[in-house]
Amino acid sequence: MPLLEVSNLITEFDTDEGRVRAVDQISFSANTGETLGIVGESGCGKSVTALSIMRLLPQPMGKIAGGSVLFQGVDLTTLPLSKMEKVRGNEIGMVFQEPMTALNPVHTIGKQIAEVLLLHNDYSTQRALKESVDILDRVGIPSPDIRMGEYPHQLSGGMRQRVVIAIALACKPKLLIADEPTTALDVTIQAQILELIKDLQAEMGMSVILITHDLGVIAETCEQVVVMYAGKIVEKGSVFDVFDNPSHPYTRGLLASIPTLETPPKSKLSVIDGMVPGLMDLPPGCRFENRCPYARHACGQSVPPIQVIEAQHEVSCFRWRDI
Amino acid sequence: MSDKPILEVRDLKMHFPVKEGILLRTNKFNKAVDGISLTIHRGETLGLVGESGCGKSTLGRCITRLYQPTSGSIYFEGQDITHLKGNALLPFRKDIQMIFQDPMESLNARHTVGDILEEPFIVQKIGDRISRKKQVLKLLDTVGLPARSTSRYPFEFSGGQRQRIGIARSIALNPKLVICDEPVSALDVSIQSQILNLLIDLQKEFNLSYLFIAHDLAVVKHISDRIAIMYLGKVVESAAGETIYRKPLHPYTRSLISAIPVPDPHRKVKRQVISGDVPSPIDPPSGCPFHPRCPQVMDRCKHEPPQLRSVADKHLVSCHLDL
Ligand SMILES: Nc1ncnc2c1ncn2[C@@H]1O[C@H](COP(=O)(O)OP(=O)(O)OP(=O)(O)O)[C@@H](O)[C@H]1O
Ligand SMILES: Nc1ncnc2c1ncn2[C@@H]1O[C@H](COP(=O)(O)OP(=O)(O)OP(=O)(O)O)[C@@H](O)[C@H]1O
Ligand SMILES: [Mg+2]
Ligand SMILES: [Mg+2]
Repeated sequence: MPLLEVSNLITEFDTDEGRVRAVDQISFSANTGETLGIVGESGCGKSVTALSIMRLLPQPMGKIAGGSVLFQGVDLTTLPLSKMEKVRGNEIGMVFQEPMTALNPVHTIGKQIAEVLLLHNDYSTQRALKESVDILDRVGIPSPDIRMGEYPHQLSGGMRQRVVIAIALACKPKLLIADEPTTALDVTIQAQILELIKDLQAEMGMSVILITHDLGVIAETCEQVVVMYAGKIVEKGSVFDVFDNPSHPYTRGLLASIPTLETPPKSKLSVIDGMVPGLMDLPPGCRFENRCPYARHACGQSVPPIQVIEAQHEVSCFRWRDI
Repeated sequence: MSDKPILEVRDLKMHFPVKEGILLRTNKFNKAVDGISLTIHRGETLGLVGESGCGKSTLGRCITRLYQPTSGSIYFEGQDITHLKGNALLPFRKDIQMIFQDPMESLNARHTVGDILEEPFIVQKIGDRISRKKQVLKLLDTVGLPARSTSRYPFEFSGGQRQRIGIARSIALNPKLVICDEPVSALDVSIQSQILNLLIDLQKEFNLSYLFIAHDLAVVKHISDRIAIMYLGKVVESAAGETIYRKPLHPYTRSLISAIPVPDPHRKVKRQVISGDVPSPIDPPSGCPFHPRCPQVMDRCKHEPPQLRSVADKHLVSCHLDL
């Protein structure tokens, strides 16, 4: 049984212009001890998916309008909020897209970590503080006992992100959801953070859902990959399926458009022309149709069903066999 | 590429005063750019890579004379422009242009795209109304935007389209040198390749020279003829793009290359991660600025700053190691 199983999840927002569906019937699962990557264009629904799992959608605008999120067999979408609070932090840790918003600027680093430990464990303050130092040390913060007494603004961006990860990991969660944990960071610091997550994962047997738009990061850290486009999953499979045999035209376009260190300098990069449709005017058919070089009449008529290519490799495209 | 450089920068320094204490006295300086020398030839792209805060934008802003450098000199087509002011600077303002990371910041949100693109012609007193309008339409065509864009406002465009507007404005006056400051960092992967292709096409068409600033080494390598690696206000290595990638010599360059996540799941290698954060340019380390993080640090590195030296044809490195 997978640790987390998302089925037909639908998330909607009430906006001034009406109701929009940011996540539309997506299904995927995360296995114990593995890393699942979610990739896709800005605005495709990656963060909303994460917030839906955590039941942290902005209120009252956002709500889960359908589907289920089974975590260890329990449906989180219907769990009473008091129980959900126990799951958060204790069993599922989350690293948010903007590290600064996750830290309270008026409390010391030490206080913020200790608080999480006290909330979820039957610890004495002393023990919580001691353990906080250990955690900071584990995420590679030098002189952790001194840093305990400092405020977020006194730390560099990389250190702040490590503190955020430390907080998410404080209670040794079974699942860590990391939303673009390294996007704002320098390359060398990014490498440190990714290695750190990998090491901790191996040590604690934790599952990770990693949200990023960096295909390099996905290739390097994930076992499974989900490719999203305009609120839907267009392709999913093992990292090898998706990179070796990309079957949705969007996945292909993405992979072909990134320059790598191997592409000849100044050669023409392949491009995906056009723009993602807005959530207010989604087409009746395939959402990638207006940008797809392989589109046919049928693609604009109805939403392509999910088709199984092999074992765990699935694609939502009418034409995957022909391309 | 002709032999006479279009741009030559010699020992350029930009030290920002740091105000401290209640009297706001200046005791310290932020040595954002600390002795940089480089040349760019006609039709050539020099890539500039380095971590956040190492001084890349500051260097670009000194060259465009948005900042008055503390010391050193800037030669444009052989002429010293370091201290030119007012009207004397005007012709160079036309020849040296800049493209910014966030086009929203540089495009006046209350002006239509037509007005934004016409402005450079008005400032330089070029043509009458009718001929200027014609030029604007030609520019839009060059960067692949529809003619009807003239009456629309920047916020009505996507990020990639806005960057096209920024590019159109920067090439309006047929510049010779364009400083591209992270022009694709904020864009989606699928849009990034469109902009890179456009920049490469424009370079071929108009024989433009670029200083291309970015932290994504794969992107920089794709567009650049030569690459300079910056660390804490200094160039630590420079060579042809291919050389930087295949035969990096400086330990910092090596760790940068090793930190790049490669979009190929078959190449999961344990990276050589360097520890520690990028130090502050206000209190830079003594000796070699990289020594506190360097895996090959020697005693000498701690007090003796290395000089940039030539190790092979057009390959410069600043390091005490026997390379
Ligand atoms: N509070 C909200 N009200 C209305 N719409 C929202 C709200 N939050 C998100 N959305 C919409 O939901 C869609 C998905 O947003 P989401 O933040 O999940 O994108 P993302 O894939 O995480 O993008 P990015 O890569 O830029 O972080 C977007 O179109 C966004 O405009
Ligand atoms: N106008 C200014 N006044 C004072 N300090 C400045 C100014 N502009 C930049 N700095 C400082 O100079 C240093 C270099 O900044 P710069 O913006 O050049 O870095 P960068 O390499 O472009 O970084 P990034 O990749 O984050 O854009 C930083 O410490 C910055 O705080
Ligand atoms: Mg997001
Ligand atoms: Mg910058």
